[in-house]
Amino acid sequence: MAEKDEAKEKRKIKMVGRMKEIMTTYYIEAKTAEQTGKKVAWITSGGPVEPLIAMDIIPVYPENHGAMIGASKMGVDLCQKAEAMGYASDLCSYARSDISCATVNGGPIGGLPKPDMLVCCNNICGTVLKWYEIQARYFKVPLFILDTPFCHTGFAPEARAYVKGQINEYIAFLEQACGRKLDRDRISEVGKLSVEGQRLWQAVLDTAMNRPAPLSAFDAFFHLALIVTLRGTQIAVDYYKQLLAEMQERVASGIGAVAEEKYRLLWDNLPVWFRTKWLSEKFASQGACLVADTYTSAWCGSLKYVDENNFLETMAECYSRIYLNIGVDEMASQVMAMVDKYGADGLVMHSNRSCKPYSLGQYDIQRIVGNQKGIPTLMIEADMVDERSFAEGQIETRIEAFIELLKGRTL
Amino acid sequence: MKQIEECREILKDPDGYVRKIKAGGGQIVGTFCSYAPEEIILAAGAHPYRLFGSGEKIRLAEAHLQSYCCSLVRGALEDALAGRLDFLDGIVFPHTCDSIQRLSDIWRLNIPATFHLDVVLPVKLDTAGARQYLIDVLNRFRAELGEKLGKTISDDDLRGAIETMNRIRASLTRIDEIRGSRPDLLAGGDFHALVRASMIMDRRRLATLLEEAAAGLETRAAAAPTPAGRPPKRIILSGGVCNHPDLYAVIEEAGGAVVGDDLCTGSRYYSGLIGEAAEPITAIAGRYLERVVCPAKHRGLTDRADHLIRLVRLRRAQGVIFFLLKFCDPHAFDYPYLKEALDREKIPSMLMEVEDRLPADGQLRTRFEAFVEMI
Repeated sequence: MAEKDEAKEKRKIKMVGRMKEIMTTYYIEAKTAEQTGKKVAWITSGGPVEPLIAMDIIPVYPENHGAMIGASKMGVDLCQKAEAMGYASDLCSYARSDISCATVNGGPIGGLPKPDMLVCCNNICGTVLKWYEIQARYFKVPLFILDTPFCHTGFAPEARAYVKGQINEYIAFLEQACGRKLDRDRISEVGKLSVEGQRLWQAVLDTAMNRPAPLSAFDAFFHLALIVTLRGTQIAVDYYKQLLAEMQERVASGIGAVAEEKYRLLWDNLPVWFRTKWLSEKFASQGACLVADTYTSAWCGSLKYVDENNFLETMAECYSRIYLNIGVDEMASQVMAMVDKYGADGLVMHSNRSCKPYSLGQYDIQRIVGNQKGIPTLMIEADMVDERSFAEGQIETRIEAFIELLKGRTL
Repeated sequence: MKQIEECREILKDPDGYVRKIKAGGGQIVGTFCSYAPEEIILAAGAHPYRLFGSGEKIRLAEAHLQSYCCSLVRGALEDALAGRLDFLDGIVFPHTCDSIQRLSDIWRLNIPATFHLDVVLPVKLDTAGARQYLIDVLNRFRAELGEKLGKTISDDDLRGAIETMNRIRASLTRIDEIRGSRPDLLAGGDFHALVRASMIMDRRRLATLLEEAAAGLETRAAAAPTPAGRPPKRIILSGGVCNHPDLYAVIEEAGGAVVGDDLCTGSRYYSGLIGEAAEPITAIAGRYLERVVCPAKHRGLTDRADHLIRLVRLRRAQGVIFFLLKFCDPHAFDYPYLKEALDREKIPSMLMEVEDRLPADGQLRTRFEAFVEMI
């Protein structure tokens, strides 16, 4: 049954335009930093951005750029260039794209601005260590590594002490790079804005508890940008306040992300950046809404560890205990909590070749969730940026079969 | 040489060898990686046993690990799930790469029979904070391992273990130097047998055996000061885990000889002694901080390239063969910059990426012959 254009228009999220404006301005500022005398730091997606904001350093995210490269379908070309440079094709496609991109100023925005410094936090993976070492050698700029020991079953006191000490080292590193001291009042303020932003982001995601969900994970993948890149700024807080208001309006009017929400699913792992629209439509056309996901919720997952009145002190634990830095069993528990919270009928897991910490363990999580919640899982084998690892026909068939399975279960 | 024979005998059935130790009342602790603190395991009176994956077909591990995971990790899990490692009392996972990190969780959730310990080493090795953290982690391991094995590991126990491990490493270092200067005296496959057996054998027996082997080789070198036969092309082997003894014979038949290595199953395993003057845990930490770094750890931006070039010069090598396991991210990320550093120094190199088994003999031979001819 074809959907009326009017209804489709209503379903579009209005804040999308504002996000595009903000991100455009942000990238322009970053690329003209040399002229404005501001410093640019490249930082990992799980890295502590708040001190950068407090020091007026522009944070740039090669991973966010990687997502843009994927979305613009420029991933294959850049990955091939990296392979020609000697990088194995099995390596993370974010890293491969960024490493080659830097040498040719490729990608959708003509390349990232040259960094004045590099900040690498390995809470997300060990790949970033190698990636940032490569860029440090390439750009000949200082590299700071925040080493957050893996929390297999908890956060050990010695790890806490180690990370806390490194937060101080990080601040000293930034002060050295900028030639001035960190304003302690400013970082306090930024910390509060960071927490407020995270709370708002959580509230936005929580609106998907409603039936129908006003936003899907595919929407969340898009609106995630600010809590990642500009966490700690008033811009991010203002944006999410407005986005939350729009979501609440949609809930009040019964506007769902999907026309006729029949099945509610949970997405796991990074997006398939070059196919978010295709996947969104495949699921939506069958009445399936991805109502939550483990990826976007990772940027408000540390709320339980942060004290907004003591941001610097609690940073160590926050950054160490993120979703990718915990044991597989703890991840499974979080998935099950989300299944309950959002009322999920099934899981959709992206087995992402590029991300071992996220993908290795998925089979066990699938099993645990299946046993304890009795819900099925659809496994999609792909990659986040490298389209060569996406077999469209196969994936389409699997999605259809999964929907049939869900249909059978609701009968 | 009878010491080499003894090692080769053990290598025919390493699992069988440790089963005998177990039957005799020993406690077997499985490890991965050259960062596993074997001296602490030894100090506990237990037997450290390094796991590699037996190379059996992957069936059970398929349900836990995707195919884009290295054969070491998948293979080890396969062995565990298939019950081939039922002789293990426990398993120790030092923090290295993302795959081992997740293997630890998957193992903990699926192999209940063994006790399970993580040793979450720092990734950075070049700060005072990291040093302190490493000491704390090793102290935790000492306490937890003791608890699992039902004993208290005393400082004297540690000193005894350090002494044994130092003897082993000093001998392997001597033997490495001999094969470096006199490749005609020790075939690569024999050297590999000695090193590999060092990860399996009773360490006290090993310490004596290796001293005898080193002395024996030194005697031979003195008795025959001029190398016999045509001098081979001198090659450094660089990479991660290399559990392929046949590789050496093929290189030798092609006219080359491995005169030094930069392998996780080679020099990274045995190089560096532990200081005997300091407090034992601090001393052990010192070795892991100072030893030749592996790509999963960070100590400066050019440590590995500097080390590799130094090694090539020291051993008067003519070329480097990179031996990398498919899906081994840390090594694959380092490869381009290492190659670039070698290119700048005009040191020829070639890359071999292996999934699990070595490629067909013929193929291997052709590649090595071409390389050896070129250098």
